[in-house]
Amino acid sequence: MTALAGLRVIEIANERISYAGKLLADMGADVILVEPAGGDPSRHYPPFVDDQPGPDRSLYWWHYNTSKRSVVLNLDDSNGQDQFRQLIKSADILIEAENPQRLAKLGLDYADLIKLRDDLIHVAMTSYGRDDPKSALPVTDLTLMAAGGPVWSCGYDDHSLPPVRGLGNQGYNTGCHFVVMSLLTAVLHRGVSGIGQFIDVSMHAALNVTTEAGSYSWLVAEKTVHRQTGRHASTSPSGESQILCADGRYANTGVPPRFPHEFSSLLNWLRELKLEADFPEAVFLEMGADWQGAFDLSLIGKDDTLTAVFSAGRHALLLIASRISAYDFFFGCQSVGLSVGVINSPEEAFEDPHTVARGFQVDVEHDDLASSYVYPGAPYRFEKTPWQISRRAPLLGEHTEEILAEIN
Amino acid sequence: MAAALSTFRICDFTGQLAGAGATKWMASFGAEVIRIEDPVREGRWDILRGSAPYVGKLRGIDVGGAFNNHNTDKLGITLNLRKDKAKQILTEIIQQSDVVTENFAKGVLEKWGFGYEQLKAIKPDIIYVSNCGFGHVGPYSDFRTWGPIVQAVSGLTFTSALPGQEPAGWGYSYMDHTGGYYMVMAILMALVHKQRTGEGQWVDMATTESAQCLHGPALLDWTVNKRPTRQPTVANSNRNAWPGMAPHGIYPCQGADEWLAIACRDDADWQALGGLIKLPWCEAEIFASLSLRLEYQDQLDENISSWSASQEKFAAADLLTAAGIPAAAVQKPQERVDQDSSTQGFGLWPTVQHSKMGKVRVDGQPVHLSATDWQMKRGAPCLSEHTEQVLTDLLGYSAEAVQQLREEDVI
Repeated sequence: MTALAGLRVIEIANERISYAGKLLADMGADVILVEPAGGDPSRHYPPFVDDQPGPDRSLYWWHYNTSKRSVVLNLDDSNGQDQFRQLIKSADILIEAENPQRLAKLGLDYADLIKLRDDLIHVAMTSYGRDDPKSALPVTDLTLMAAGGPVWSCGYDDHSLPPVRGLGNQGYNTGCHFVVMSLLTAVLHRGVSGIGQFIDVSMHAALNVTTEAGSYSWLVAEKTVHRQTGRHASTSPSGESQILCADGRYANTGVPPRFPHEFSSLLNWLRELKLEADFPEAVFLEMGADWQGAFDLSLIGKDDTLTAVFSAGRHALLLIASRISAYDFFFGCQSVGLSVGVINSPEEAFEDPHTVARGFQVDVEHDDLASSYVYPGAPYRFEKTPWQISRRAPLLGEHTEEILAEIN
Repeated sequence: MAAALSTFRICDFTGQLAGAGATKWMASFGAEVIRIEDPVREGRWDILRGSAPYVGKLRGIDVGGAFNNHNTDKLGITLNLRKDKAKQILTEIIQQSDVVTENFAKGVLEKWGFGYEQLKAIKPDIIYVSNCGFGHVGPYSDFRTWGPIVQAVSGLTFTSALPGQEPAGWGYSYMDHTGGYYMVMAILMALVHKQRTGEGQWVDMATTESAQCLHGPALLDWTVNKRPTRQPTVANSNRNAWPGMAPHGIYPCQGADEWLAIACRDDADWQALGGLIKLPWCEAEIFASLSLRLEYQDQLDENISSWSASQEKFAAADLLTAAGIPAAAVQKPQERVDQDSSTQGFGLWPTVQHSKMGKVRVDGQPVHLSATDWQMKRGAPCLSEHTEQVLTDLLGYSAEAVQQLREEDVI
């Protein structure tokens, strides 16, 4: 049993919208990609399996199009348009990220399509909103992230270095999260009322409300956050939180020790590692461990003893980190109750024992290559309607005949 | 027309952004979200409750600016779950709820007697969505996380960096926002299933897994080609390899800390850019094709930077986009909130009415639904603001009974 079984989604292939279709398809929706002859351009994005290019060999394509079927239709000719209309009659939902004028020019916009299917849910994702003239201008993930706010908050203490955009097309991904949230909301409403609707999703707006304090520091107090290395951009500078460990990798120390039991655990760990003799400030850890009542954090920097206790906590972490690997530092800190993270590369995260034990690595069969490959698994674990990659991404034109036979 | 989600009620234990941000979506589309808080600790399991930013000189447990931002249109009640009568009231709320949501560490609800097995016993078709960094199952399920830790462990911090530097990370809790989005999807998909079949279920979310899904192509390059992202030289994340583009970066502009993003997708974009810059190096052989520009990208970026440094960022972005080249100014908060016709035109910053803070602007939703759009009207609840309302209107307690419960420190 799948959560979205029986829901048919038509997706006009486009690198910007493809993640939304994957999220729906992996939960059981029947997602049909409409591709032009020659296929969607992202079929040709690197990396490729064995580094050999080909329309069915792009790992980018593989990831974003799991569990979907594909039909090749030329939406610019009348035959293709007729077939598209037939498809819409059979569908619950249309998702697309086309130039805002394109579908209207083809006679395939919401106003046209509801004549064929009056309870259709049509989601249009654009750069700045369907009615905003700026949506016709060219964008990429980088320019969206720059205009939308994330880039301003991300980078280094040294402001002569440019601010930074995180990798992975997170601007498109963020827009796609809102595509799925809003269309599921509409599906639930349709389940009660029988009514479909048109949904306008702006990637620029989606990024603007995905900046945490960047937006609300301005909205509430008209203050501007400034970027800091490895930690939250802030209206006033905060203490460093990344530590270089003995193996050359980094860890994020999160919140340093701030409760007596945390000082006590830290001291015990230091002793287990036989590092107490190397750490003259150990006496302050002991004072922290024996502290009566709650720490008054507002006195750090004012009260000498309290300040010494808290700086000993941080210095103890620095000393330990300088002697062990980032992973061991993470594991050791978490084992004594400190919320610390090892800064993994994506592949290190994927091979981590916890990731593996939870079954996040899933095998996907590629019959065309007579092989199977390991993919990232479920973003959420449903007890009764599990997430599942039901098939590898479609080969170019793979289901054209099958789908045309279904609708004609 | 009735709001899209007006038929649903959520018994909500979420806090911070990763959880509260999720139920904010539900409330903005008309679901009744009842926030359960602890009167003894004044709701401080959500550390944002009384935290900055503040409006003017207001301070206290009811006026945290981030808390207000994440909890619009929810009802807030207090229950002292150390007492049996409070557990009884919670049981009565769960009996009338469709969903129970939380983002505590593993085991907290269970300790109070409201783990999934008990929830099912109270309401057999309940949907229970738990959201934490490592999930409720697996070797790290007792480990503690918050946004930056999730980002560190899952690979997102590592892949945001410049060469020769340590990881920059995200500069904010991207995974608190995004973990919340996955929580919304989980709630809604479980509701779709329940609407069709009548069946509830538990969804166990580990946001470290949601986060790894955001790096799919890099993970496949590892599993299929055995190519790691950890290389001797740190990759410049302002560049783009999939697909390759050059120039592709963030360049300095006139003024202090002013920047411009430029992405040339192909030779046509590059030729158009050269036509605007009109300097001899634009014609150099080493920049004549994409593969050459990728090879000589350091030199290309130096040249672009020397040109951009004398440009005003918005004027330059307008010039480039008019010529068909993707470009955008790196906007500061004030610029994108107060001076951006696109966010303003979209109605992205609604004003809500808070009982103590008055009128405050908040993050809206970046979508519009033609028939049943979202609304944000009321600010976050003050501590216990709706306890009496929920007990009398929903559960049928008399005013006297509520007074009695108050005197017994139950609510």
